[in-house]
Amino acid sequence: METIRLVYPVEGGDLIEAGEASSKMKLTLKKLGLPQDVIRRASICMYEGEINMVIHADGGQAEVEVEMDQIVIRMIDSGPGIPDVEQAMQEGYSTAGSTARELGFGAGMGLPNMKRYSDEMTIDTEVGKGTTVTVKIKIPQ
Amino acid sequence: MTVQELIPSMELTVFHLAQPERPVAGGYAGDLLSWVISRAGQDCAWLTIMSNQNVAAVALMADVSCIILTEGVQPDADLLRRSREKAVNLLGTSLDTFSAACRLGKALA
Repeated sequence: METIRLVYPVEGGDLIEAGEASSKMKLTLKKLGLPQDVIRRASICMYEGEINMVIHADGGQAEVEVEMDQIVIRMIDSGPGIPDVEQAMQEGYSTAGSTARELGFGAGMGLPNMKRYSDEMTIDTEVGKGTTVTVKIKIPQ
Repeated sequence: MTVQELIPSMELTVFHLAQPERPVAGGYAGDLLSWVISRAGQDCAWLTIMSNQNVAAVALMADVSCIILTEGVQPDADLLRRSREKAVNLLGTSLDTFSAACRLGKALA
């Protein structure tokens, strides 16, 4: 199978509409006939990334590569960056505002969830420039 | 047990039933969406009082078999619309969350 590349813009601003990119990706992965568990893990990672982008970075772009043995998801934004990645990775730590919290988000679970549901995760971030979170999910052969 | 079978067994209100044959493998109760997406198991029935449209997206991503709004909570118009768009099963009960969880546990036993 050749690598399939998918690109989804993530709109900033409206948290209530968040999840469109993840929904579309999920549908595409289903059509490709990938295992249900792989689709679920990829969808959760991307959704958490999407929510983060909307809350913190006014949107961005999701790039997905479906390879023979893994799915690579890159969540790329030009937001404020993460000053302390270690702190951001702690469950329960969040800088999200009250609107996000009222909707049920901002519990400081986003990045930890992405790590939990992926096989590999890396964060490239620069304060004032932006953040790219990359997750890899292995496809069992 | 399927979602279709769970409805009479828990006397649930149907707001939207897109996939009646989905299996119900367990349950999860919670309102904090970040927690739900992290902890709810695949094919579980999710009990919540949250009724904004993000609930439908979380249900879809976490692959739960149905949402059950407890305490007589009605879905807001956007949640209903999004459940239709995303083919998410959206149900309701007048029971409080604890009683609904007990009922679900009995139904699945």
